[in-house]
Amino acid sequence: MNKVIIMKSVSKVYATGKNTYRALNGVNLEIDTGEFVAIVGPSGAGKSTIMNIIGCLDTLSEGEYYLDGTSIGNMNDNQLADIRNRKIGFIFQNYNLINKLNILENVELPLIYMGVSPKEARERAIEALKKLGLEGHLKHKPTELSGGQMQRVAIARAIVTKPEIILADEPTGALDTKTGEEVLNILKQLNKEGNTIILITHDMNIAKNAKRIVTVRDGEIVSDSKFEKYEEVGVCEA
Amino acid sequence: MRSLTLIKMSFSSIASNKLRTFLTMLGIIIGISSVITLVALGEGTKKQVQEQIESLGTNLITVNITSRRTAGLSDEDIELIKTKPGIKNVAPLLNQSGIIVKNGSKTYTTSIEASTPEYFGIRKLEVENGRILDNSDIEGRGNVAIIGQDIVKELYSLQNPIGQKVTIQGVDFTIIGVLKSQGSSVGGSGDDRIIIPISTAKRLFKTDEVRSIYIEGSSKDDTQLARGYLELYFNRRFKGDTSQYRVFDQTSLLETATKTTESMTLMLMGIAAISLLVGGIGIMNIMLVAVVERTREIGIRKALGAKRKNIMAQFLIESATVSLMGGKLGVAFGYLLANSLKTVLSMSVYISLNVVVFALLFSIFVGVFFGIYPASRASKLNPIDALRYE
Repeated sequence: MNKVIIMKSVSKVYATGKNTYRALNGVNLEIDTGEFVAIVGPSGAGKSTIMNIIGCLDTLSEGEYYLDGTSIGNMNDNQLADIRNRKIGFIFQNYNLINKLNILENVELPLIYMGVSPKEARERAIEALKKLGLEGHLKHKPTELSGGQMQRVAIARAIVTKPEIILADEPTGALDTKTGEEVLNILKQLNKEGNTIILITHDMNIAKNAKRIVTVRDGEIVSDSKFEKYEEVGVCEA
Repeated sequence: MRSLTLIKMSFSSIASNKLRTFLTMLGIIIGISSVITLVALGEGTKKQVQEQIESLGTNLITVNITSRRTAGLSDEDIELIKTKPGIKNVAPLLNQSGIIVKNGSKTYTTSIEASTPEYFGIRKLEVENGRILDNSDIEGRGNVAIIGQDIVKELYSLQNPIGQKVTIQGVDFTIIGVLKSQGSSVGGSGDDRIIIPISTAKRLFKTDEVRSIYIEGSSKDDTQLARGYLELYFNRRFKGDTSQYRVFDQTSLLETATKTTESMTLMLMGIAAISLLVGGIGIMNIMLVAVVERTREIGIRKALGAKRKNIMAQFLIESATVSLMGGKLGVAFGYLLANSLKTVLSMSVYISLNVVVFALLFSIFVGVFFGIYPASRASKLNPIDALRYE
């Protein structure tokens, strides 16, 4: 199996004035292509920091991080932007769509930053939106859609670049149970099609949709369990 | 093609806040429209002055005795000047302004120009009715007058005045001609004058002092040659004291007038530039507010892979677009303003394409220049902080 993520003793230290705060402390994590991993833990445990580092939004203080074989250690802003653009598809709790752009433009955006021609960007965005059943809303503004629809737009935007990993940060957090389940089913479907999915959540019930659960506490990984199939979660602390 | 999409995006954010965009543009609109109006006025005045100087007569040289310490020029001077090479015609001028003239009970204040028949040719003066002076008027010291259109209007109620009397300093003059309308010029109305024979005027005003001479050169080159000879002649006559007289030709007059209007235009443009500066600061201010307001959007764009230069370009295009739109409106408004000055106040205006193009380019420059700082702030935002921003 190709290892898409390799983290070796990764630490993140924040300096606030005289005090330093270790948000992550020697994290070792490997994720294979095609996995569906949930990273769980209470708030303040370091989930967000791990997500930011995996998502190349933040740099690490110590250790090594390889994404798809490339070291992300000392990259500058522009290099990180390029990696985010090509290798990572983000799905956020609050959708993070740009309200003044329509659905189609929102999905085209990462392709435009990639340098894809406007024509091809349009075609690929329409294809992604069709896959999520949103072909009827192409010209709508995000604010005209329901929460579930907005999150599906965000998923379309995440998969349109065909990234190495899809990083979902509390993707159901703002949705009701039923719509949340729909979103999780879409993620499972995407995983079956071969996409690597990393789901960050504080909710064990959500996490158990994944095939592997990594629990974080106080900046360290405290457990890491894999399952053969979905929803076979046995003993797990939440 | 990517930049095209970026331009489209910036349009959508400009359109989403129309009132604010308009208020931001207002500084630029005022700046550019004042540039357009002021330059149009300056250019118009310059053109008008040039046309008037040219209409004074081509190949014209004037000599003025500026010093009051010396006596004016005599008939011998005139005769000597006539013999100089390159000279076609010479006319002495005795000029008296603020003279009250009467037709019965009606009075009017005007200026009297006393000269010879050559004066009409040199100054390109023509009569609408009647005749100009002839040599017998000069030799016989005739009490005859040629009057301008303003006098006809004021004293003769636009009736044909030929053959009627006009009283100058208590002496009756017979009107023999009416000048064609000249329109107003730099030195006042060209229609507000009465021309009489110089010999008559010398007796009437009890003076022998001719302080101005109008000279016409045979050709353009000859005019320069004649000017040289005249300088030489007067230099010798006034024993090298050049402060006592002035020799003008049309070329130097044109140059002086052009310089004057150009420095006026420059000064006005300076004022306009200050208002553009204020407009630019307005744009910068609003762009800084826009960067803060759109922190989250910037964060999203960065998370999706926007590089610094993408964010930078987005905000620069936006401020340049706002500024260019302001520039366009300013050009339109300035055009209207200049034209209304032309019609309402009958000022001469001239809008050249160069000024319009310059104004538009300059407004883009203002937008880019004052957009650099806000755009660079936007491009340096940390994506994590920006995404967390509420």
